[in-house]
Amino acid sequence: MRILIQNGQVIDPLQELDTLADVFIADGRIAAIGTKPDGFVAEQTIDARQQIVCPGFVDLCARLREPGNEHKASIASETRAAAAGGVTTLCVPPDTQPVIDTPAVIELIHQRAEQIRACRVLPIGALTRGLAGEHLSEMARLKSAGCVAVSNAQQPFNNTNVMRRALEYAANNNLTVFVHADDSGLSKHGCVHEGVVSTRLGLPGLPEAAETLAVSAYLMLIEQTGARVHFCRLSTARAIQMINRAKYDGHAISSDVAAHQLHLTELDIGFFDSNCHLRPPLRSQRDRDGLRDAVSKGRIEAICSDHQPHDVDAKLAPFCQTEPGISALETLLPLSLRLVEDHLLSMKDLLRRLSSAPARILGIDAGHLRVGARADICIFDPERLWTLTDKTLHSRGHNTPFLNWELKGRVTTTLLDGQPVFELPP
Amino acid sequence: MRQRDIQFDASGQLRHFLTIEGLPRQTLIDILDSAENFATVTEQTVKKVPLLRGKTIVNLFFEPSTRTRTTFEVAAKRLSADVLNININTSSTTKGESLLDMLHNFEAMHCDMFVVRHDQSGAAHFIAQHVAPHISVINAGDGRHAHPTQGMLDMFTIRRHKKSFNRLVVAIVGDILHSRVARSEIHALNILGVPEIRVIAPQTLIPRNAENLGVHVYHDLREGLYGADVIMTLRLQRERMQGALLPSEGEYFRRYGLSEKTLAMAKSDAIVLHPGPINRGVEIASSVADGMQSVILEQVSHGIAIRMAIMSMVLGRKPDKED
Repeated sequence: MRILIQNGQVIDPLQELDTLADVFIADGRIAAIGTKPDGFVAEQTIDARQQIVCPGFVDLCARLREPGNEHKASIASETRAAAAGGVTTLCVPPDTQPVIDTPAVIELIHQRAEQIRACRVLPIGALTRGLAGEHLSEMARLKSAGCVAVSNAQQPFNNTNVMRRALEYAANNNLTVFVHADDSGLSKHGCVHEGVVSTRLGLPGLPEAAETLAVSAYLMLIEQTGARVHFCRLSTARAIQMINRAKYDGHAISSDVAAHQLHLTELDIGFFDSNCHLRPPLRSQRDRDGLRDAVSKGRIEAICSDHQPHDVDAKLAPFCQTEPGISALETLLPLSLRLVEDHLLSMKDLLRRLSSAPARILGIDAGHLRVGARADICIFDPERLWTLTDKTLHSRGHNTPFLNWELKGRVTTTLLDGQPVFELPP
Repeated sequence: MRQRDIQFDASGQLRHFLTIEGLPRQTLIDILDSAENFATVTEQTVKKVPLLRGKTIVNLFFEPSTRTRTTFEVAAKRLSADVLNININTSSTTKGESLLDMLHNFEAMHCDMFVVRHDQSGAAHFIAQHVAPHISVINAGDGRHAHPTQGMLDMFTIRRHKKSFNRLVVAIVGDILHSRVARSEIHALNILGVPEIRVIAPQTLIPRNAENLGVHVYHDLREGLYGADVIMTLRLQRERMQGALLPSEGEYFRRYGLSEKTLAMAKSDAIVLHPGPINRGVEIASSVADGMQSVILEQVSHGIAIRMAIMSMVLGRKPDKED
């Protein structure tokens, strides 16, 4: 199909492109930007006046709940939510049930995603078998089956020796390791940031040191093993400082943050709002400001959704007994746009954090609008005001503290391989 | 995202009693004054008043308790309410039946009030958010969060002995980290205008950023007790010895146990409170617990008057449009 996207402001961070131009798509790929290719006749024309046309977003972490927790959500429902959020590529962490530690699970995920064709789904393989933190997984097999990285998700290692060997072996297979820096001893029983709110509400705390101690352990092991490590969902300002220093030493490390961590703090828990029960937890205002600053300066390369849809019951219990996480795919863009509004980032740099930077972390050819590239495109109206409600959500998880908030910036069309996979009804 | 304080109904009357935090000073004074009246009822030969005749109160205890449950029961009966005591083993709630299902079952029996104790912080708020609009919830202790009726009865005891709150030095000694009683006491003391509140414990039992609660932190018992008018001791749970929080009961008593010697650091007319049950020889010496300055048994009888005051205030509010 041939599609013409007319009159939009085309921004492609990778090409440092920001211009008013038409985009021509043919055979699922970008045929040209600006000048019409010879003989191009559009079968569909999308009017993108007053809108931004950019690469579809690459989300480093979205849980789809399939296989294993289909009562919460499915690959079908959540990839459609991704399309509605402008995401065209997403990574699923290996903590599905069964865990992504065999090619069979990878095939299943690929197959389902292929049937729906709403978003590209890239599985992250388990670093240890069953995520039990004891035996190494068959990383070479996982890689050839299509894993883009390996991770132990939020599960701890049995001991630091396993951690070391896993990093070594992953490096050996040229796989990036996605790590969640969390010292399991310090974070045991905790469910909110250890600080003013945990003290006030009497909730068991997760100290800052649970993250920083784990980061420092990883940094030492990176030095020894030469592993390529990506730090997922950082939550403390201190950890960013440490990582930044290690980057100066030339280590191959990168990091990301969840969009909501750039806006909420522990204080938003109010009186036990279970929609603010997250892991890593919402931390202090100082930490939030540190995260925003790091995103602004590019010390945190990527912003992700950290999408975690839940069924209603998962959030209906006393605070610590609820399951952590936010349904976040559909707020990724509006929350991120707030950073531009707050003058922390230019529009181009923001889109970089959402597309080309995460693609680069994954080492995949995505997140840009080069001629010849797959036409994974997001078109959004940066000024559109809308209210997030139960009705507007495509995700089956309605667990978000932003419900009934008025948000600014909305995806109007998403293309995957040059096919419209989401179109906002007028 | 931050909701209106669910303790009040739409017309600003107290509907639930979940925490002292955020309550206006006048509400606390009203409770104390009302308890003063009920205290005299309690001292009469005919102890019953018909204020809550026809009302049904359910004591929902998800955590074992004798003292608190009994005083709630006595208080409700003296107000002529019908009382149902239900003790629920928390392990059975995790085995399938959800907390909400259980609540809706009791609601169907047309109760007017739940008195709830639960081992999870926030359980009382959670229940209050989900009960039918005609039901009030009183928090009888939720995890480490709050035990507001205990906090109020301690205030009542202090006011009976010290008349005014405005010049007091109050020292709270013990496991602040895990104590819902301490949190409620601290909020109440601050709201009532106590100028100096101290907490005394080893660092392992002091929560992070404790100063934000409006207290001064002391790690030395003698220093912390110096010049105190009121000493509030806390119960030390034995399981604290198993984690890496304390080495032994003996060492704890030597450093933080209230003995006649350490008590002498406080003012000579200082009073000693304890929420019970007491671990003699761990947090407090018997000679102090049974001594002249101890008001521990008074606290128990004050507990009935305070709970009568709170129950009648909450259930006696004028009908609200929302209801």
